[in-house]
Amino acid sequence: MIADAVTAGRLRRARYRSRVIWTALALLAAGFAVTLMLGQSFTPPQDVLRVLAGHEVPGVSFTVGQLRLPRAVMAILAGLSFGLGGAAFQIMLRNPLASPDIIGISSGASAAAVFAIVVMGLDGAAVSVFAVLAGLGVAIAIYALSFRGGVAGTRLILVGIGVQAMMQSFISYTLSRAPSWDLQEAIRWLAGSLNGAQLAQAVPVLLSLLVFGGLLVLRTRDLEALRLGDDAASALGTDVGRTRALVVVTAVGLIAVATAVVGPISFVAFLAGPIAARIVGPNGSALLPAALVGAALVLAGDYAGQFLLPGRYPVGVVTGALGAPYLIYLIIRVNRTGGSL
Amino acid sequence: MTAHTLCVQQLSAGYGDRLILEGLDLDVLPGRMTAIVGANACGKSTLLRSMSRLLAPRGGQVLLDGKAVHRMAPRKLAQVLGLLPQSPTAPEGITVADLVSRGRHPHHGILSRWSRSDDQAVAAALEATRTADLAERAVDELSGGQRQRVWIAMALAQETDLLLLDEPTTFLDIAHQVEVLDLLTDLNQRRGTTIVMVLHDLNLAARYADHLVAMAAGRLHVSGSPDEVLTAANVRAVFGLDSRIIADPTSGRPMMLPIGRHRMAGA
Repeated sequence: MIADAVTAGRLRRARYRSRVIWTALALLAAGFAVTLMLGQSFTPPQDVLRVLAGHEVPGVSFTVGQLRLPRAVMAILAGLSFGLGGAAFQIMLRNPLASPDIIGISSGASAAAVFAIVVMGLDGAAVSVFAVLAGLGVAIAIYALSFRGGVAGTRLILVGIGVQAMMQSFISYTLSRAPSWDLQEAIRWLAGSLNGAQLAQAVPVLLSLLVFGGLLVLRTRDLEALRLGDDAASALGTDVGRTRALVVVTAVGLIAVATAVVGPISFVAFLAGPIAARIVGPNGSALLPAALVGAALVLAGDYAGQFLLPGRYPVGVVTGALGAPYLIYLIIRVNRTGGSL
Repeated sequence: MTAHTLCVQQLSAGYGDRLILEGLDLDVLPGRMTAIVGANACGKSTLLRSMSRLLAPRGGQVLLDGKAVHRMAPRKLAQVLGLLPQSPTAPEGITVADLVSRGRHPHHGILSRWSRSDDQAVAAALEATRTADLAERAVDELSGGQRQRVWIAMALAQETDLLLLDEPTTFLDIAHQVEVLDLLTDLNQRRGTTIVMVLHDLNLAARYADHLVAMAAGRLHVSGSPDEVLTAANVRAVFGLDSRIIADPTSGRPMMLPIGRHRMAGA
């Protein structure tokens, strides 16, 4: 019976996919546990658990409760946001180069955040709101600039790279005007850093993940339909315009809120989707796995930047070192395949 | 099966400032095969895209069972009317079974779960297109003919009563063209699916279609049975080509022989 073979194939793909997701979750949990226990010094698991349960443990409460825990939580939430937002754009535009950190959306959010911090003297949630609005503004601008009776992927990416350059120069200009005591803070933030992370900062990122991330994941099937081309997706009953709008708003929201808090941790949004797609293969959407890969990248990158490399680096430097060669590889491959992206 | 009616009334449509279709009327014969023919850029694809809600009309309307398709919910429409676009893109590495399963999309809401009946629809589509033994292969490693059968299988898995196809035989060699048209005829005869297809090859169109629609410069030039439509005068008007029409000895349908400037016997 062909139907039985179809059922068997579908179940096999679903099993593979859930195995990947559960393994990734287990690895993330293990990584989370390690970063709580092992830093400059080792903290035994029972002490970590007591701190997490709210007990006061002399000598441990500060390191674990104030330093390691907020940092690890922030790493995971920001990584989930970057991974989801980046993969959503890449899937929607059918192009790994179409990630928000390549086409200027992250830079737009950063520029707004820097402006809010340095020039307007804002902090906290106000900076996030600014970043989200600017991210959406940039996304709409890129869309409008590349619209010629339809949006072609290549044109959108080239326009985005131009916008990215403009935003970067705006950031540099703002920083050159900054008083020197703001400057160090702003520059470290721009590299993407979890230094000085606090649990209170995690709240907006968690909310954005629940609302934007939730909406996006619920729409995975429509997003996946877009990969067949706009005409085919539409013929299959997907409202292409509405799906696009929803994906842009939710993905920009995810990226911008996380960026406002931890800075534009380089290339996480760009890398998470392709890595997840490679792992999942043809066994379903890479969207949710990309979130987990993003979280793993930020968590591991931050840990490596703190303890595994000679000297201490912000997490953005570590992920940047991973992402840059991949970007070069992609551009070379595009060049070879005739530039059709 | 209930016979759905699809009719185009005074339709104008185009892209940007350019109007491609102007005041076109067409009634699709329910349960039959219709082929749309015409010179390049005469608006065949534009007509098909307007009929399936991909392109909003500038004027006039497209009615499915009396309701304007552009005001129907996309998912509801996609349960009744399917479209195979001219050049759909297969996601990298996707397997045949997975791609064909995407045809079930309009039958699912956000939270509904995949069921046994979905598997049966996919299996039936694979069987009808003879692609079952390719099910676990990646679409990008298939030949052109196999790939086209897989895309048709996706459209079949959608289980719509009407199916529109935009040049389903382009880029296929003649054997695969005949195979695809035979497959569509099977579908039409066994399930009663109404088929509307844009075809390039006049002779194949005349052989397979019950109803032939000839377009020229954004308007419907003539429509009717192949015998009525495929005449030397119409070929002259639509394609600007001199020709002779004979009866195809294999099918009895009319067949067009082009007359060029060279290699004419007795010329």
